[in-house]
Amino acid sequence: MPAYEIEIILNRQLADCLSMPVFITDTKGNLIFYNEPAEQVLGSRFEDTGEMNVETWSTIFKQQDDEGKLLPPEKLPLVRTLRDQYPYHKTFWIESLRGKSEKISVTSYPIIGRAGKFLGAVAIFWEAKDL
Amino acid sequence: MKISIRGARGSIPTTGTDTSYYGGHTSCIVVSENDWILILDGGSGMQKFKLPNNSSIKRIDILLTHLHLDHIQGLGFFIPFFDPSLEIHIWGPASHSQSLHSRLSRYLSPPLFPVLLRDLPCKLIMHEIENSSFEIGPFAIESRFIIHPGPTVGFRISGQHSVFAYLPDHEPALGSIGMHSEKKWISGIDLALNADLLLHDAQYSAPEYKVKLGWGHSSMDDAIKFAALSDVKHLLLSHHDPYHSDEELNELFADLKKRNNYSFKYELAAEGMTFELP
Repeated sequence: MPAYEIEIILNRQLADCLSMPVFITDTKGNLIFYNEPAEQVLGSRFEDTGEMNVETWSTIFKQQDDEGKLLPPEKLPLVRTLRDQYPYHKTFWIESLRGKSEKISVTSYPIIGRAGKFLGAVAIFWEAKDL
Repeated sequence: MKISIRGARGSIPTTGTDTSYYGGHTSCIVVSENDWILILDGGSGMQKFKLPNNSSIKRIDILLTHLHLDHIQGLGFFIPFFDPSLEIHIWGPASHSQSLHSRLSRYLSPPLFPVLLRDLPCKLIMHEIENSSFEIGPFAIESRFIIHPGPTVGFRISGQHSVFAYLPDHEPALGSIGMHSEKKWISGIDLALNADLLLHDAQYSAPEYKVKLGWGHSSMDDAIKFAALSDVKHLLLSHHDPYHSDEELNELFADLKKRNNYSFKYELAAEGMTFELP
């Protein structure tokens, strides 16, 4: 397999240095990397799972609104970023692999490289705070 | 494919008796095959390049990895620019902000230089490249963006029978975990895979690199690791630090050999070296 574009590689290197959970996907939404803090959110280790295709990892979280209604995928920031190549942000509830319900904020942004080419997306998960 | 090293120093020309063996000229390599000539980078090593007398060559291609001064400072003194019978192509990395011509003109114009690019007598043609594939005479060339500050590419040059990979300014180990062991997560590796000859950045010793992380260059140890992961046949360590004398380079290289036992050939690039690839 050819090497990833440097913009993807540099995003992974940055994610490795951060204490925020970071998920990196390719343009189709396949999860190509998640960092150590994200392992706690996901309930699994990147070393164990490796890359995950979009069908597998998109079903891991049960995402709900404040009233407990299931959010359709097209309302999620990362899905919208992959569709529109534009950054998004949203606060909602998730139930992780470990069955734990958490209120989180997700910020996603597209990776658009030097050549202006859309290469993938990054989602940063924050513990939601009532400010 | 014939390869001639005209400059192997990094950052700034460094003349003196203590650097005379590896040389003081900055990056410039001449590659030739079947009367086609490629000049890789326009460092100060470019200054002494001349076409042979009675040469039938009417075209020269200059491939720039990036536009830092040590890679373009020889352009103003490149004799063929002043020959109206020559067609000279310059290939360099594209930028979102300005054209290649405009960025080169920042150096090749007053007050930094008296001659404007547009006033050069040769026929000058610019090509902006990205992650590109293109052909020049017998050469099939791949360029890819690689890790170094500003738009910077490396080149994979395939001749009729051999491959030369050129990544003189490259920091593939940038990050908290250093160079990854999985090939698809390593910047530039596609360019170098199975090359007959790789010229790679090796500006620093390992301790020096620790305090110069993010400056865009590699340690000798990382360069050799990159070459091993790329399965190259022969590695030239280049872009020597301007503060390293010949004696210091020899000591660093001896120490490197003690710590690394790779089966492929590796050595320090020196000005004046030539290689004939099959």
